[in-house]
Amino acid sequence: MERTPASIIQNYGQSLGLLLGGCGLLGLITPALVVEQPLPWTLGFSLFLMTAGVMLYSLSLYRGRLPGIKNNDVWIHPLTSRGWAGWLLASGLTVFYILIYFYPQHLGYHPEGNTGIVGLFDPLSVTLNGKPATQWFVYGLLYTLAIVVFGVKFIMKYQGQRYQIIRTLVLMFFQLGFAFFIPELLALLHPDTPYFAKDIKNMWPLNYYFFDQWHLKNMLNGGRLGLFFFLSGLAMTFLVSPFLTYRYGKRWYCSWVCGCGALAETAGDPFRQLSSKKISVWKLERWSIHVVLVLVVLSTISVIWSFLRKASPSAIINAEQFIFGVIGLLVVMLLILLFAFKNEMRTDARFTLISLGLLLLGLLLVRGWSGENNILFFSSYSFTKWYGFFIGAIFSGVLGVGFYPLLGSRVWCRFGCPMAAILGLQQRLFSRFRITTNGGQCISCGNCSAYCEMGIDVRAYAQRGQNIVRSSCVGCGICATVCPRGVLKLENGTISNRSITPSYPLGNTIDKQ
Amino acid sequence: MNNASTAPIIIIGNGIAGTTFARHFRKKSNHPLLLISDENESFFSRTALMYVFMGHLRWNDLEPYEDRFWADNQIGRIKGRVTEIMSTEQKIVLKDGQALPYKKLVLATGSIPRDMGLKGENSQGVFRLYHKQDLEALDRWCKGKKKSVIVGGGLIGVELAEMLRSRKMEVTYLVRESHFWANALCVEEAQLIANHLSDHQVDLRFNCTLKAIETDRNGELSGCTTQDDQHLECDTMGITIGVRPNVDFLKNAGLNIDKGVVVDEYLTTNIPHIYAIGDCAQIAHPLPHRNAIEAVWYAGRMMGETLAETLTNSPTPYRPGHWFNSAKFFDIEYQTYGEILPLPTKNEAHFLWQSPQENKSLRFAYEKDSKIFKGVSSLGLRLRHEVFDQWLEEKITMTSLLEQLEKANFDPEFSRRYEKQISAKWKEHPHQ
Ligand SMILES: Cc1cc2nc3c(=O)[nH]c(=O)nc-3n(C[C@H](O)[C@H](O)[C@H](O)COP(=O)(O)OP(=O)(O)OC[C@H]3O[C@@H](n4cnc5c(N)ncnc54)[C@H](O)[C@@H]3O)c2cc1C
Ligand code: SF4
Repeated sequence: MERTPASIIQNYGQSLGLLLGGCGLLGLITPALVVEQPLPWTLGFSLFLMTAGVMLYSLSLYRGRLPGIKNNDVWIHPLTSRGWAGWLLASGLTVFYILIYFYPQHLGYHPEGNTGIVGLFDPLSVTLNGKPATQWFVYGLLYTLAIVVFGVKFIMKYQGQRYQIIRTLVLMFFQLGFAFFIPELLALLHPDTPYFAKDIKNMWPLNYYFFDQWHLKNMLNGGRLGLFFFLSGLAMTFLVSPFLTYRYGKRWYCSWVCGCGALAETAGDPFRQLSSKKISVWKLERWSIHVVLVLVVLSTISVIWSFLRKASPSAIINAEQFIFGVIGLLVVMLLILLFAFKNEMRTDARFTLISLGLLLLGLLLVRGWSGENNILFFSSYSFTKWYGFFIGAIFSGVLGVGFYPLLGSRVWCRFGCPMAAILGLQQRLFSRFRITTNGGQCISCGNCSAYCEMGIDVRAYAQRGQNIVRSSCVGCGICATVCPRGVLKLENGTISNRSITPSYPLGNTIDKQ
Repeated sequence: MNNASTAPIIIIGNGIAGTTFARHFRKKSNHPLLLISDENESFFSRTALMYVFMGHLRWNDLEPYEDRFWADNQIGRIKGRVTEIMSTEQKIVLKDGQALPYKKLVLATGSIPRDMGLKGENSQGVFRLYHKQDLEALDRWCKGKKKSVIVGGGLIGVELAEMLRSRKMEVTYLVRESHFWANALCVEEAQLIANHLSDHQVDLRFNCTLKAIETDRNGELSGCTTQDDQHLECDTMGITIGVRPNVDFLKNAGLNIDKGVVVDEYLTTNIPHIYAIGDCAQIAHPLPHRNAIEAVWYAGRMMGETLAETLTNSPTPYRPGHWFNSAKFFDIEYQTYGEILPLPTKNEAHFLWQSPQENKSLRFAYEKDSKIFKGVSSLGLRLRHEVFDQWLEEKITMTSLLEQLEKANFDPEFSRRYEKQISAKWKEHPHQ
């Protein structure tokens, strides 16, 4: 059925907001277009205009509206339904990402002295971290600003929904503090410390270079601060994260803390419905995420291996012991997956994991004994570099954010994020988290599935009266928010009762007769 | 007799009743199945029609199963209208004249909207809301329209009001009774809903019904007159005064038809090999806590589940459990479990807790003497089905229920909690 198109802009406030924001954006990019040195206040003014524009737009959209679901015309509006505005935005973002990753010089980034857009950010960068701006500083600042500004918009939109509001405030807090200000300030306070990721919440494998030679070295040579980040990184990876995921599901990270999640939940919120719910795409997702999982483990192992081989002989463990340790661990894990969680896993998940696991073992065995520096058949350095480039640039940048208006807001989280993959595996197998279905109340309306950013067909479970236990669920809670019949609830309970599959939804008595 | 044993089981109507039957039947038997409907190729969620109109969903989002589902499960589908049933030959006839043999015939034809019996009721600009085609026509019509009148204070009417308000149309809403959804809601809740509708700029008129519909020279709607002779100008009208079983085309088939197709507890009609489920079925001897005709989604689903058992060699009577239902009035969710009448009977009492500023309320019905809990309904609070079902089953008292009320909370995490307030109110409650 064809629906009548609605007008894009509903009132003057919205047009004014768009206009202001547009002027701000123009202010930012003029330095790239005209050669002249921009006026010193251009940056502040542009950022202010952009913020004010979004605020005004949101206010005129939501002010005076009663609390409730505000999805009218989502599938009609050209921005949120893959219309011309969506394509335009996606093209703009993609160009921006390509410039940032591949041609920063066109944004004005020159190590010997910035010009253009990057140059515009120099004064701010010097104030914050004592150094001239880089394209990453520009990106980080705009990224954080987007999370804060669209976070406020999100909170206005979901007025009255306390889970949504608290979660978004926490996301904004972590992005502003832990991902933006603290690292910048640390750089200001310790200008000489070698670079290592100073974002405390960055842990392996999201921070896929955590175990890289240079990163390990820099942390270990980075004085007390370095040691702190090394130890806290290890603790986060091996203790805190598994514990929190056990208690609350992977949402504690993916939709309460993570920076990628923060952008997806705020700026990406208008596009969440664009994720595909097709069974075929779900299949693709499972393959993709398992491959990512294996690649990240593989690359990490190979990096640690070559680090250990170069380390002094007095190191706690040597490379051979490490490899044997890893092989032992892998065998144990595969056996656990094969036997203990036999019924928990789909055939294709098991097949992927086992075949890839065996491949990994084979590689390790062959190369481990051959005494070469490279576990893989190419240098681990070039492997991680290539991996980081592919994952970092193409996947999380262009596909992940640039294509928000085309593929939805969580493409990266769904298909590419190694962190989400590991937490997801744990969530699926060993966590108290689930989405409970409220007995027989589902009317199969499809709102939950449509607004799931991870492409989970929530309705398929809810209409059968089945709880939702899925590795990909990031626990944003929007399904429960948009459900018009109060059918869904995110909960942490006991593991034993979380995935019940009743033969009939509650209400009939066939099974009791 | 034709080759009836290899003929398919034909299901007329691919709504929740017919489709649920087909799904569950297929789990237990390989016998050919044929779903027939003239409305839409695939099963869709009728309850969500409004969300397509408002742009929350696309049409495809209403269809819970992907196209391959039907092929994978070998459920045949025909888009067409059945015009006649020849029960002695065990055949049905389609509109194009084609006759199809059946082994068993399942009638799941749903409902049709009730008419008012007024002149002009079918002129352009006057709508019902039941079928996909109603929605399509309404969508086409609403372009550039400004003023609407809705007649009938029930669930579909309020959905229609929300739909039209989403297009910024003026809505005047005529309700025959003195308060909203009078056959289910008590006065206090109805008042709360009425206030909420006014907040959404719906012009609600109670004790008001339609006397005449006016059209212009082209036969298009131009206005209407109410019983008390008020004239209302309007370019769109919605008549939502309820539904009735869709059984008119079955009148000559020799079936026992009262309001709906009369069936026994095995959902069997008076004619061998013909069954009826869902909105179109009328249970001859309903269980004491259920009605003969229940035109709700859940009843259709449960009848489908039950009949699938019966037709796969494990005859099972239709015995729905405790009543439950849900709805939404603009932004306010409603849920109910068990039996709770607008006015308590002689032996019953009600206990009401409200927070009108927050659009929340909770009402319990219980037996006066024993204090045994009988039913609950809520506005703006989500309640856990499983827990209330168990409490109804166990026949617990109100005192014990309120002690453990938090078990039944189904609101999202971090929501405000009201159990303490509610218990405190119960302690002051006069009937206690
Ligand atoms: C707008 C709206 C909102 C609703 N909301 C709710 C709600 O929130 N909760 C709730 O519990 N209930 C709700 N209902 C009621 C609920 O949708 C119905 O009870 C339910 O859909 C009935 O299902 P059914 O399978 O019996 O019949 P239907 O869904 O009516 O399916 C019958 C199908 O058979 C077809 N058919 C009929 N005769 C023929 C023929 N001769 N040849 C071919 N095809 C034929 C019809 O076209 C139709 O497609 C709502 C109804 C409407 C209209
Ligand atoms: S939104 Fe709620 S009622 Fe609709 S399909 Fe999902 S769980 Fe069912």
